[in-house]
Amino acid sequence: MLDVRDLKKSFAGFLAVSDVSFSLPPRAVMAIIGPNGAGKSTLFNLITGHIVPTAGQVLHKGADITGAAPHRICRRGIGRSFQHTNIFPRLTVFECIQAAYIAHHRRGTDFWGRADRLYRDETMALLERLGLADKADELAGALSHGNQKQIELGIALASDPDILLLDEPTAGMSASETRETIQLLRAIAEERGLTLLFTEHDMEVVFQVAERIGVLHQGRLIAEGPPADIRADAEVRRVYLGGH
Amino acid sequence: MRRIPWTLLVFAAAFAIPWLGSRFYTFIATDVAILALFALSLNLLLGYTGLVSFGHAAYFGIGAYTSAIFMKTLGLPFWLGFPAAGVAAGLFALVFGCFCVRLTKIYFAMLTLAFAQIVWAICFKWNAVTGGEQGMPNVPYPDLDWIGAIPGLDGFRVGDRFYFLTLVLVALAIVALRRIVHSPFGRVLAVIRENPERAEFIGIDVRRYQLAAFAVAGVFAGLAGALFGIFNRGVFPDFAYWTKSAEVLIMTILGGMGHFWGPAVGAAALTILNLQITAYTQYWPLILGTILIVLLFAFPGGLVGTSVDLFRRVRRGRDAGRP
Repeated sequence: MLDVRDLKKSFAGFLAVSDVSFSLPPRAVMAIIGPNGAGKSTLFNLITGHIVPTAGQVLHKGADITGAAPHRICRRGIGRSFQHTNIFPRLTVFECIQAAYIAHHRRGTDFWGRADRLYRDETMALLERLGLADKADELAGALSHGNQKQIELGIALASDPDILLLDEPTAGMSASETRETIQLLRAIAEERGLTLLFTEHDMEVVFQVAERIGVLHQGRLIAEGPPADIRADAEVRRVYLGGH
Repeated sequence: MRRIPWTLLVFAAAFAIPWLGSRFYTFIATDVAILALFALSLNLLLGYTGLVSFGHAAYFGIGAYTSAIFMKTLGLPFWLGFPAAGVAAGLFALVFGCFCVRLTKIYFAMLTLAFAQIVWAICFKWNAVTGGEQGMPNVPYPDLDWIGAIPGLDGFRVGDRFYFLTLVLVALAIVALRRIVHSPFGRVLAVIRENPERAEFIGIDVRRYQLAAFAVAGVFAGLAGALFGIFNRGVFPDFAYWTKSAEVLIMTILGGMGHFWGPAVGAAALTILNLQITAYTQYWPLILGTILIVLLFAFPGGLVGTSVDLFRRVRRGRDAGRP
């Protein structure tokens, strides 16, 4: 589904990501962990085309998408949520999701029709699924942090992706919000047969959810494998997990 | 309670102005109608796409010159010159826009200004086509006799007839603009305004849409320019000068860029204020500056944004007071 080969990115001589390789089979759930500054977000940005890699390749279903424009990568079926909440604050919750449907179905070239009539049912159904239906008409920017994260997830899901990249989907959430979000994510991934790649700082969540874990340290993938192996890995314990 | 059809009421009131019998009122109303369209076209960029253009007068000027060349130099009728003005302004906007949308924020604004100054310089120097510094005086009125033939509209002066024509054309253009901002295309523009980075990652080619918005805004500015050249009885290089770009920017912000009608209200307010105040004092720029400062600090939503907020608050207060 997704193959990353020898991916490398240097910013003015500083190697943010170096020689990272891994591959994700369909429906896999993989977590990338590592301390702050390990290169997790950079790795995501390389995959989604926001940053062009210095060397290496990204393959999606066998096709080379290295350095393609973000909107093209998105149209191929790679969805993404961002670490810092990234929504459309002065649109209503409904309009945020509806806009994502309009963009996904490439209806944006229609400048004479009426936007408010498009994809109403799809939008409402997705809002129901996310538990946001009662907030449909509120301004997205006025909602709580947790709700905004849910909207972001909704925006990503509206593009009907087959892979979802989630950069810290529970950042800034309380323990109970984190639990709910993770449950929701797993359920939706199950229903839609999604492949998930996510970063997360909460190790409990990571070891509970992920089938595979990759550990980034100073831009290098120092370990990759099932949770049990990672837990047992001496180097990972030394550089990262520490007392866990 | 049914909603009050404000737009229809305003249109009807505007249409009735020539019956007041004052040449002066018709003159102001024509001016306001044309500048309202100009300001609304800028707001497609400013308020809907989140692009700050400092050079919108370029397309106003190109439209004005195009229609003047069609009607005066080539002797072609208004019905060719008017759409040609929109097409020419749109094409220039498309070409200049290609470069502008590669840059963001202040660099985008600076480049729009640079292109506008180039347009101005060409108009100023190309004597053979644009008349250079002297401009193109005496742009002919279109054939307006048919308006006099409409029952109920006979007996009006030529200025009044041109006002009827202007009002109808401006209204049609505004209907089209309103349709565009509520279309799926318009929704995509709003998404880009709110968050270009995220917009890219719902599969939107942000630059292409910004370019399309730039061209569409150019078309409508060009149409406004064509009408203004005839209204002004001549086309001059300062139509494309940066002060004109600043003026339309001020109108848009004064009226409020967050609301569809804001720029039109701003155009009316600025034009009428200008006339009123210059009657008393020559320090119009000083007063304008003061008004702007008060506005930016006290009413950041512009005239319309602030009124709408106030209206909502009053209504909510009243509702809350009910048992």
